[in-house]
Amino acid sequence: MIFLSFFKTLVGKEIAVELKNDVVLTGTLHSVDQYLNVKLMNVQIINPEKYPQLTALQNCFVRGSVVRYIQIPPEHVDTELLQDAARKENAPASAASSSAN
Amino acid sequence: MEEPLDLIRLSIDERVYVKCRGKRELRGKLHAYDQHLNMILGDVEETVTSTEVDEETDEEIVKKQTRKVGMLFVRGDIVVLVSPPLRTG
Repeated sequence: MIFLSFFKTLVGKEIAVELKNDVVLTGTLHSVDQYLNVKLMNVQIINPEKYPQLTALQNCFVRGSVVRYIQIPPEHVDTELLQDAARKENAPASAASSSAN
Repeated sequence: MEEPLDLIRLSIDERVYVKCRGKRELRGKLHAYDQHLNMILGDVEETVTSTEVDEETDEEIVKKQTRKVGMLFVRGDIVVLVSPPLRTG
């Protein structure tokens, strides 16, 4: 759940979502769920000449599975916190619980 | 119990090479990952390789496009392989 928690800290921030079909949407992150579906507000298409049918979008929901990348403003990321969380999340089973054998 | 993902755990805070689907390669500092291989990379350089066939000579022309991104979340389902710390750029 590390990325769900992480994206929740980015709610209200400007992000760029690159989809697997090469469309890039920028917008304000409104919400995110466990599947990493995202809802964006004030959407802008980065390459409108290629996808004119999308220019009318203002708000949109993006299914998590079609996302390739999400570009995040680095100034909003506490990398140390993130690394510690990742180490904890992926801790070896022996360290995570002593009852496992 | 040692498992494959342990290798990636030891690469946190190191620069890694990530090969993705669609002839994409990423190099960047690994900040976080999960069991799906979703990842957050910092100071990323993405290389996309494409080939075109020259109409006249029928030769394949390999094109490499690179771009830099400060902080990038990568969805795990496009990841093909992850290789630990690079000593070269």
